[in-house]
Amino acid sequence: MDGFTALYIFMLAAFTGYEVISRVPVILHTPLMSGSNFIHGVVLIGAMASLGHADPDEPLQLLIGFLAVFLGAANAAGGYIVTERMLAMFKTGNRKQGGAQ
Amino acid sequence: MTSNWFINAAYFAVTLVFILGLKAMSSPVTARKGIVLAGFAMVAATVVTFFMPGLHNVGLMVMAIVLGGGVAWWSGKVVKMTDMPQMVAVYNGMGGGAAACIAAIELVRGVEHTAMVSTLLVLGAIIGSVAFSGSCVAFAKLQGLMNKTIRLPQQNNINFFLTLLTFGLGLTIGYSDAPSLFEITLFFILALALGVVLVIPIGGADMPVVISLLNAFTGLAVGFKGFVLANPALIVAGIVVGASGMLLTQLMAKAMNRPIRNIIFSPITGEAAASDGSEVQGSMRELSATDAASLMRYGNKVIIIPGYGMAVAGAQHKVWEMAQLLEEGGVEVVFAIHPVAGRMPGHMNVLLAEAGVPYDKIFDLEEINADFPQADVALVIGANDVVNPVARTDKSSPIYGMPILNADMAQNVIVVKRGKGAGYSGIENALFYKDNCRMLYGSAQAAIADVIAQVKTMEV
Repeated sequence: MDGFTALYIFMLAAFTGYEVISRVPVILHTPLMSGSNFIHGVVLIGAMASLGHADPDEPLQLLIGFLAVFLGAANAAGGYIVTERMLAMFKTGNRKQGGAQ
Repeated sequence: MTSNWFINAAYFAVTLVFILGLKAMSSPVTARKGIVLAGFAMVAATVVTFFMPGLHNVGLMVMAIVLGGGVAWWSGKVVKMTDMPQMVAVYNGMGGGAAACIAAIELVRGVEHTAMVSTLLVLGAIIGSVAFSGSCVAFAKLQGLMNKTIRLPQQNNINFFLTLLTFGLGLTIGYSDAPSLFEITLFFILALALGVVLVIPIGGADMPVVISLLNAFTGLAVGFKGFVLANPALIVAGIVVGASGMLLTQLMAKAMNRPIRNIIFSPITGEAAASDGSEVQGSMRELSATDAASLMRYGNKVIIIPGYGMAVAGAQHKVWEMAQLLEEGGVEVVFAIHPVAGRMPGHMNVLLAEAGVPYDKIFDLEEINADFPQADVALVIGANDVVNPVARTDKSSPIYGMPILNADMAQNVIVVKRGKGAGYSGIENALFYKDNCRMLYGSAQAAIADVIAQVKTMEV
């Protein structure tokens, strides 16, 4: 990939990230942070590629690669479950119950 | 090659779904759908990656995924809602660590890259390492393993030189053909140390902003790794998270009226807080649960201001029980939430939602502040700095200018508090010494239970 293509992708992705969440209400700040934390868990596929292309005869490469995949998988799985738990609460937060008690 | 085409197409779809998922997560109605959608995309991305041509060490890979994913899934499942922020910090740190490890492999293998890719490789390695060690420190602080904020002498100079040294060594390694193992190790040690010294002086109250910032860092690091591995899915997902994380950090910092620059370079410190305390005059006065109960029971409007202290005591269910009881007696009860109540913006809303408090009883700072003068009672439960009037008046105070809930303007203020200590930031609270303020000492859980018992006797 040449430098300018990379720069264009960087710019467009940055604007997308900025725009996508620009109107988020305060109550969703924490779940959204957690959700975006989950999404960068996609580093897992990069870690898999890294470990997959490491030399099987080099224990050091294997060790670091293993660590990379381990950490990436933990980021993805943990990020998902925590976000899901938070948002599940909003759903059952009896919105319809209303204030007329 | 068909399998390559298939993988690339799948990655493209996955990236699109991630962006749509993130978009959905920024609205309360679609948020749940957003995370589930993104979850499916993540599984798809992982499965597809196994079909990558020329992939070795598949057994080891599966083992790492099962172990890492399993441990994280289990810990995420059992963690209490109050401890959520530090878990987010941990998972975020792991992502940063993974990005740093990818860089380490590339360096150890001595793969040749263009100058641009080498630069991004090193940048990603530094940012990922900082996110990792910084998140570990953030976790330790929020978990209460490290209570003191340690401020090194010449902190800003140390930060500056360590940053310079890390980048210098990093770029030297990045551009050299065959960096030695010693150099690479030293580089990562420096980068990890940088994360520690950056976060260690930052006080607990600023932690959410720091976690959000580190989250954005990890996103960037992942994006940079995408350039190194020539994987557009990583690039776009990483940069999108990096940018949205930066925006989120700004929104949080704005809610606290603390510019990000100030948080990093001049954190709220204990010394500043101590010099502040001596200026507060008067004494705190106690009141009994009976008095508290009658003040609220025979009032017309009660505004409850919950803070982290309530959540830690696990008292949100009791508080909601009390609120319902008061409402049955015809008292209007609402909840006022400061943007940074809890440990992160929105954290308190999550905790109240868990207790079953409906949305329409929960109000933001801007919505509720004008109502305080009409309230008979402002009940402050385990909150402190967010109701401290010195933020409005005392220019020398470290929290001066932070928007606060105007609890002091209510007819009566009742503060439920465990002891006489200062708040999370260590700043003395002028509200507690005001004439219209009374203290109800005890743990939130027990104190509210007492009040409930008293209110019940009044209804007969």
